[in-house]
Amino acid sequence: MALVKVKNLSRVFDVSKPWLNRVIERRSKAFLTAVSEVDFDVEPRSTYALVGESGSGKSTIGKMLVGLLKPTSGVVEIEGIDLASETDAAKIDAIRSDIQMIFQDPYASLNPRWRVKDIIVEPVASRGGNTEGLSERLLEQVGLSVQDAGKFPHEFSGGQRQRICIARALASEPNLIVCDEPTSALDVSVQAQVLNLMSDLKDDFGLTYVLISHDLTVVRHMADKIGVLYLGRLVEEAAPEDLFETPKHPYTQMLLEAAPQMDGFGREVLPPEGEIPDPITPPSGCAFHPRCPIAQDVCKRDRPAMRQINGIRVACHLAE
Amino acid sequence: MSDFPIPVKPKSRFRLALESDLFYTFKRSPVAMVSAAVVLVLVLAAVFAPLIAPTNPFNPASLNLMNGFTPPMAPNAFTGDSFLLGTDDQGRDVFSTILYGMRISLFVGVAAVFFAMVFGITLGLISGYVGGWTETIIMRTADVQLTFPSILVAMLIFGVAKGVTPVEYRDQMAIWVLILAIGLSDWVQFARVVRGATLVEKNKEYVQAARLIGRKPGAIMLRHILPNVLSPVLVIATISLALAIIAEATLSFLGVGAPPTQPSLGTLIRIGQGFLFSGEWWILLFPAATLLVLALSVNLLGDWLRDALNPRLR
Amino acid sequence: MADPVLSIRDLSVEIPTRHGIVRPVDGVSYDIQAGEILGIVGESGAGKSMAGNAVIGLLTPPAHISKGEIWLNGQRIDHLKGDAMRRLRGKEIGMVFQDPLTSLNPLLRIGDQLTETMLTHLPIGRAEAEKRAVAALEEVGIPGAAERVNSYPHEFSGGMRQRVVIALALCAEPSLIIADEPTTALDVSVQAQIIALLRRLCRDRGTAVMLITHDMGVIAEATDRVAVMYAGRLAELGPVRDVLTHPQHPYTHGLMASTPLASQGKSRLHQIPGAMPRLDAVPDGCAFNPRCPYATEKCRQAPVPRVSNGQAACWYPLVDEKVI
Repeated sequence: MALVKVKNLSRVFDVSKPWLNRVIERRSKAFLTAVSEVDFDVEPRSTYALVGESGSGKSTIGKMLVGLLKPTSGVVEIEGIDLASETDAAKIDAIRSDIQMIFQDPYASLNPRWRVKDIIVEPVASRGGNTEGLSERLLEQVGLSVQDAGKFPHEFSGGQRQRICIARALASEPNLIVCDEPTSALDVSVQAQVLNLMSDLKDDFGLTYVLISHDLTVVRHMADKIGVLYLGRLVEEAAPEDLFETPKHPYTQMLLEAAPQMDGFGREVLPPEGEIPDPITPPSGCAFHPRCPIAQDVCKRDRPAMRQINGIRVACHLAE
Repeated sequence: MSDFPIPVKPKSRFRLALESDLFYTFKRSPVAMVSAAVVLVLVLAAVFAPLIAPTNPFNPASLNLMNGFTPPMAPNAFTGDSFLLGTDDQGRDVFSTILYGMRISLFVGVAAVFFAMVFGITLGLISGYVGGWTETIIMRTADVQLTFPSILVAMLIFGVAKGVTPVEYRDQMAIWVLILAIGLSDWVQFARVVRGATLVEKNKEYVQAARLIGRKPGAIMLRHILPNVLSPVLVIATISLALAIIAEATLSFLGVGAPPTQPSLGTLIRIGQGFLFSGEWWILLFPAATLLVLALSVNLLGDWLRDALNPRLR
Repeated sequence: MADPVLSIRDLSVEIPTRHGIVRPVDGVSYDIQAGEILGIVGESGAGKSMAGNAVIGLLTPPAHISKGEIWLNGQRIDHLKGDAMRRLRGKEIGMVFQDPLTSLNPLLRIGDQLTETMLTHLPIGRAEAEKRAVAALEEVGIPGAAERVNSYPHEFSGGMRQRVVIALALCAEPSLIIADEPTTALDVSVQAQIIALLRRLCRDRGTAVMLITHDMGVIAEATDRVAVMYAGRLAELGPVRDVLTHPQHPYTHGLMASTPLASQGKSRLHQIPGAMPRLDAVPDGCAFNPRCPYATEKCRQAPVPRVSNGQAACWYPLVDEKVI
C-alpha cells in the first residue's frame, strides 16, 4: 500500500488587495491557484521527486504533505490518515511524529539562539519523550561530532547546518521526510556529501523521501519516480530512466533540452520560447499550450487528463 | 561501536558574551565605555544612597532650618555647617536630596520601561504571530494612542488614577501611578518593533519546523520567536529609559508626579526653579545637571547599542 | 596573439579582520581576450566574486588590493580611484549581477536609464541615444522594444529584467563585461535564453566576458576557457573542454566527479572529504592538501607553482583522468 496518497489536491491563495483598495480601484478579488488537481502516490521506502520551475507549486505541495498548509480541496493521506480532517488527537500526534521536513535554507531553519542539542531533540522533547544521549547519537549518525552538541548554529557551515537539520528530522524516528530543495543552497561538493548522507540514512532507517527540487541532475540521481509540475499541475510522472530517455510531455522535453549539460561544450540549443505565465490568470486548456511547439486547438480548449502510456502517466492530448 | 567520546563542556553564556562581537565593539568605543561608566556610577550612587548621603533629607529630625540656603562649599553663617552642594530653603543637603531623588527617578524609569516592555512585547508577539483581527485591533489601538503626545497620555492616566484612589493612599500610590502612566504611554514602540520582527521571524523555516512537530503557538512565540526579537527590544528599552526618566521629571516638574515627600529629580527641579532668580542657583542647577548627565549617558549608550546591533543603520 | 582586453597579474586582495589578515584572493593571474568568455568557477568562499569586484573597483572597505596589477586594454587600472574608476566602470566595463533589481533604478523608466548611460559615455545626442536604446532592447530580445522603453523595472519578469540589465551593460559599448552569477536566480528555461544571449553578443561584438558562476553546467555551455578557484587561489586554468573532461588538478577532478550528472547510474556520488578551509585558516603549502588523496610532504610545505594557461597549480597533475 502506498505510504502517501495525494488525491485531486488543490490549493488556492487569496492574493487580493485589501478591501478598501478593491473598493476604490473597482477590482474584484484575485486568486492564485498554486496547486491544481494533483494526484500521485508515494510507495514506502522509495524516493518520489517533484520537479518544476518557480511557480510550479512544488513547495506548496510539500507544505500540504506535512500539514503546514491546509488543502483547498482534495486530500493528502499519510498511512491512511488525512491530517486535515482527522479529529482523533492521538492519531494526529502519531502521524505528526512520522512526518518530518528538511528545508532549503540551512541558515533560516535553525533557531540561532538555541544550542544544537536542544534543536535536535526538540521533536522528541516537546512530546515529553526520552532524550537521553539522543542528540549525541544523531550527530554521529549525520557525520558530525559529539562535541558539536553544545555549540550554536552560527559556528557551522551551510553543509554542516543541513546535517543538523537532518539530525533533527530523524529525532522522532519518522517514516516520511519531505525534503524541500535540500541542497540548492549548497556548493557542489557539499551537495554530494549531503545527498550521499540522505541515501545512506534512507537505507539504514527505511525512510521514504518526497524530494522537491528544480535541479534535474539531483532528481535523476536520487529519485525512484519523478513527477513534473508546470503551473501547479502534474504534467508527467515516470521513473527516471523513462523520463530522461523518452520524455513524453512537450514541457518535460523542453526542460530537459534547456538544462545545462556538463558535456555541452559550445552547444547551440535553440532556447525555449517565452516564460512561465502568470498563475493568477493561467492559460485556458492545457497551461503549457502558449509555449508548446505542437499545440493544437484542442489544447487551448480542454485541459488534458492524466493518461497511462506504458507505465508513464502524462497529461497531454497529443503524447503517445 | 567506538568508545563513547567524553563530551566537552559547552561554552557558558558568559564566556560567549565575552567573545561576542558586541563586547568587542564595546571595548573599541570610548563613548560607549564612558557613558556606561557614568550610568554605572549613578546607578550605584542611587542604590546605595542611604550609605553615601551625609544626611537623610527626609528625616525631619536631622534637619536644621537654620541651615537653609547655605551656598555650596561655604560654611553656613549661623551654624558654621558646610555642605558640598549647599542646602535648600529647609536646610536639606542638596547632595543628599539628589542621591535620594535619583533613586526615585531611576526606580520609576526602570519600572515604567519594564512594564511597557512586558506589555508591548506580549501584544507585539501576539499581533505579529496571530495576525487577522487580533492584530488589527491591537495595532489600531496603538496607532490611536500614538496620535496623542505621550506626556498627555501619562497625565490623563495619572489624573484618572488620582481620582479613583482614596485620599489617604494618594501619596503612597503616587509613585505606582506614575509608573503605570509612563509605562502605558510607552508600550506602543515595543509592540510595533516586536510585531515587525515577529512577522519576519515567523516565516523563517525554524518556526515552520516547530509548527510541523505540533508545538503550540504559545510555545513557539515564547521559546522560538521571543529570543530572536530581543535585540531591537534592548535598544528601544535603553532609549526608552532615558525618555522615561525625562517624562517622570516633566510630570513631577508639572506637579503631577512624585510628591514633595518623596521627591524625584523632577520635583527637586520644580522646587529649585522658585529660587533661581533670588540668587540661590544651586538648588536648581545641581539636580538639573544630574538629570542631564543621567539622561544623556543612557541615551548615548542606547545609540551605541543600536549601531552595534544593526550595522546597516549606521 | 592579440593583446588581451583584461589582464590580471598576481592579484591579491586582503581584508584586515579582528582575527588577523585574511586573503580572499591570493596571487591570481589570468587574461581575457576580445570575444572570449572566461568562466571563473569555484565554491562559496573561493574568492571568485571578490576578484571581479577588484577589477571594477567595487571592493567594500576594509577589503583592498594588496598586491598585483590589473590592466585593461593596455591601461593599468588597479590604482584608479573615485571619478576615474566610475567613468571606466560605465564606459569600458559593463556589469551584470545575480539580482537584476540591484542594477536598475526602480524609479526610472528603463529607456531613460539606457539613454542616460549612453549620453554620459558616448559622444552622441539625445535623439540618437533614444534611438539606440530601442535598438539595444531589441538586440537583447525584448518584444515590443519601442513601447517597453517607457516601462519601469518592476513591470518586467525576472528573465526580461536580466535582459534589460544586459542591454544596460552593453549600451556604452564596453570592451569587457563582468557577469557575476547572472543566471543563478532564474529558471532553467530562462537561464538557457540568457546564456544564448550572452554568447551571441560576445561573438557579434567581440566583447570579452568574465562569467563568474558556481554552476559547472553553465560553465560547460557558455565559456571558452575556465579558471577554477580554490581558497582564493587559482587551481587550474585552461580551455573549458580540457579542464572539464581531463582535469589536471585533483580538486577540479573531485568537483566534477561530485556533480550528480557525472555519477549517473552510480548509487553514491563521488565525495571530496572535508570542506574548503576558512580564509583565516588556509593550510600551508597547497591549500587543497588536507583533502587531496595524492598529497605528499612536498604539498604540505612548499607553495605550489603559479599557473599559466592549460596548467594546474599542482605538483602532481593528473595525467589522463577522464570524468565525463
